[in-house]
Amino acid sequence: MGKRILAVDDSASMRQMVLFTLQAAGYEVAQAGDGIEALNWARTSTADLVLTDVHMPRMDGITLVRELRALDHYKLVPMLVLTTESSQERKADGKRAGATGWIVKPFNPAQLLATVARVI
Amino acid sequence: MTLDPEMAEIAKVFFQESREGLDSMEAGLLSLNAATNREDIDSIFRAAHSMKGGAATFGFTEVAAFTHRVETLLDEMRTGVRPITADAIQTLLQCCDCMREMIAATEAEQPLDQGRIAGLDSDITHILGEPAGVPPGAPPSAASRAAPLAVSTQEAIDDDPQVKGWRIDFAPVADLLRLRNEPARMFAELERLGAIVTQADVSRIPSLDMLDPEACYLSWRIDITGQIPRRALDDIFDWVDAGCRLEFTPIGVSPAGAPAKVDSQAQPANIAAQGPSRPEREAPPPGAPPPGAAPHKTTGDPGSIRVSTKKLDNIINLVGELLITQSMLSGCAEGINQGGFDRLRQGLTQLARNTRELQESVMQIRMLPISSAFNRFPRIVHELSRKLGKKVEIRLTGEGTELDKTVLEKISDPLVHLVRNALDHGLETPEQRLAGGKQETGTLELAAAHEGGNIIIEVRDDGAGLNKARILKRARERGLVPVDQELTDEQIDNLIFMPGFSTAEQVSDVSGRGVGMDVVRRNINDLGGNVQILSKEGQGSTIRIRLPLTLAILDGQLVRVGKEVYVISLLSIVETIQVTRDRLNTLVGRTEVFRLRDEFLPVLKLWDQFGVEPDSRSAEGSLLVVVEAEGMRVGVLVDDLLAQQQVVIKSLESNFKPVPGIAGATILGDGTVALIIDVADLIHAVFERERGALGRNMGAGLPGARHRVSGTSLGMAS
Repeated sequence: MGKRILAVDDSASMRQMVLFTLQAAGYEVAQAGDGIEALNWARTSTADLVLTDVHMPRMDGITLVRELRALDHYKLVPMLVLTTESSQERKADGKRAGATGWIVKPFNPAQLLATVARVI
Repeated sequence: MTLDPEMAEIAKVFFQESREGLDSMEAGLLSLNAATNREDIDSIFRAAHSMKGGAATFGFTEVAAFTHRVETLLDEMRTGVRPITADAIQTLLQCCDCMREMIAATEAEQPLDQGRIAGLDSDITHILGEPAGVPPGAPPSAASRAAPLAVSTQEAIDDDPQVKGWRIDFAPVADLLRLRNEPARMFAELERLGAIVTQADVSRIPSLDMLDPEACYLSWRIDITGQIPRRALDDIFDWVDAGCRLEFTPIGVSPAGAPAKVDSQAQPANIAAQGPSRPEREAPPPGAPPPGAAPHKTTGDPGSIRVSTKKLDNIINLVGELLITQSMLSGCAEGINQGGFDRLRQGLTQLARNTRELQESVMQIRMLPISSAFNRFPRIVHELSRKLGKKVEIRLTGEGTELDKTVLEKISDPLVHLVRNALDHGLETPEQRLAGGKQETGTLELAAAHEGGNIIIEVRDDGAGLNKARILKRARERGLVPVDQELTDEQIDNLIFMPGFSTAEQVSDVSGRGVGMDVVRRNINDLGGNVQILSKEGQGSTIRIRLPLTLAILDGQLVRVGKEVYVISLLSIVETIQVTRDRLNTLVGRTEVFRLRDEFLPVLKLWDQFGVEPDSRSAEGSLLVVVEAEGMRVGVLVDDLLAQQQVVIKSLESNFKPVPGIAGATILGDGTVALIIDVADLIHAVFERERGALGRNMGAGLPGARHRVSGTSLGMAS
């Protein structure tokens, strides 16, 4: 498939789980440990999809989505927020910042792939 | 839940990460007080939050549920709903311990300590239950996977077997496409559930000059047939319902059945009504953290990789070989002097520099900041000072100082012992301190710094200091010091490192039975380091530990005996003296001693020890290398001192049985093997032998005491 996904999470185990699942499905995956790192990477690189955790040090996922949307080359890139919070209120925050959608944690590899397949 | 092999591998990362998260939570909690800023509490919260998410992902539901409870409390604290009290912090600290145990038990696939979990859970409930305008947390099992708000009311019609299909009216907001929600994809998903008929309403499309190419002007009516649960539709439209007009009308339900229409527009109203009660809970802080904010040394992640120690040791070994080759080539070049070979020499100089730099950077991989050992102390001090009824402030300095992983691991326990001792015996109670005209709160400082090729670790307290009279009295009682021997203050202080010495008048459960200080010193000596104490009565004590940065490389002094070359660690050498016959005496028995200023040092002839032929057996004209370990000194007789150089330590253990007095070997530039002398081992052997001789000849009850004390006296001189 060759689509490139940027996965952002401060937890190494979550990153590995996402990485493993997506790579096994044939995606190319770039990783970042927080919003700042992701944003710095994104300034010079493109991705077909961004997956980001919400709670992260330095820059949280919602701010990251907002910052990415402000970049020309990320204006039309799908962005999904990984969240443990399933209330509408949280989701609305994500939408307002420009997220395409969300995946509610905990999710298993199959759910992750199904959700990703929905946008790219 | 059983994980497949790949996930099990990733779960290992989760366990490690959770332990690190708990460490940082604990450190954060210990520094928490009412004045703590939001950023600090946020990072504690985040640690709990990540752990919860990970635990749930890997199917460790009990860990997830308990962590969720902790997270709930932390969340209320960080949003200011719940005050930060000492009790709450104490409970959270206990929760950290509990979670650590849960993680360990889960990893080992052992049962969890349900009683403890339930106990702490009810403690949290108790704290959360205090009136604060917030309802108590939901039961853990439900809370870990809270269901979306809106769904429950519709459960009734979800699986109504009468439903033959749905009519969906969908009028999205204009920026639907901008957020990359593709209606076409959604329809494709619908199609997988059942046959669909789609009608698009194009009436809202404006004239071309008004048209925003990124906006969505279409709305749709979709009829889907099939017995489809409402949930499945919700999933597909989950991301787009906010702000959109989205109506689901069941087809084929009798009018008497469930309500004909479910309007999702009711939801935003719900949210609005709820909003103000928890303002900005997940809203991002405005912008990134303030640019001037000081980075957190203890909680920050410097970005790390995990490399197995075995692989590293392999590389280190290879670098050692490279070093040897380089030194061999340099040896060859020594003899060449014609101009044509200048380039060779230049190349060799460069090789030498590259090798050294490579070596340094590879060694760096094994280096870890001492903070990983220091970070446990705030908790230890917190708990202990509570137990002892003392007020103690702990200060850590130089936490970034790096040292070899092995050294770091081995120094941890001795440090704990020293800190416990300082708290138990060194620092006074608040009353005693006030009476002594000091601040009520005592200070304990752990400091680390580099000094040359060594690391210096100090444990300082501003407590009572050592009671010299009591120490001396006790040492005399125990026969550690002859009654008539005069000792300096420093000598007295360092008596506490002698085996079997205890200063505590009563044994407490904190620092144990006083068997520790000699063990502490032995452990430090085993690492090739040394320890000393400086104390002022009434003002406090400082224990100073000096350690080599690594165990793989040694700063060595090459010495020659006959044709053999040996290496002695520079750290253990006190001084070297030219021997004159008149200062050598033979004591009763056959032990020779050398008079150095006011003390007599036992003399060890290396040629006897290792059975080699020296230049001359007379000792006259030989050199005496004074070495020290564990507070004891001996003079080692050698023929000559050669170069001082860093040597790569090669273990002999894989090929030979342990050789007394030999710590390992190294390969010199000329390719010959030189043995590295184990100074502590040699000294022990000398004193063992002497003790026997003295015991036989003098019938003394205090074998070796004299030498030990004189050794201690000079133990301070480094």
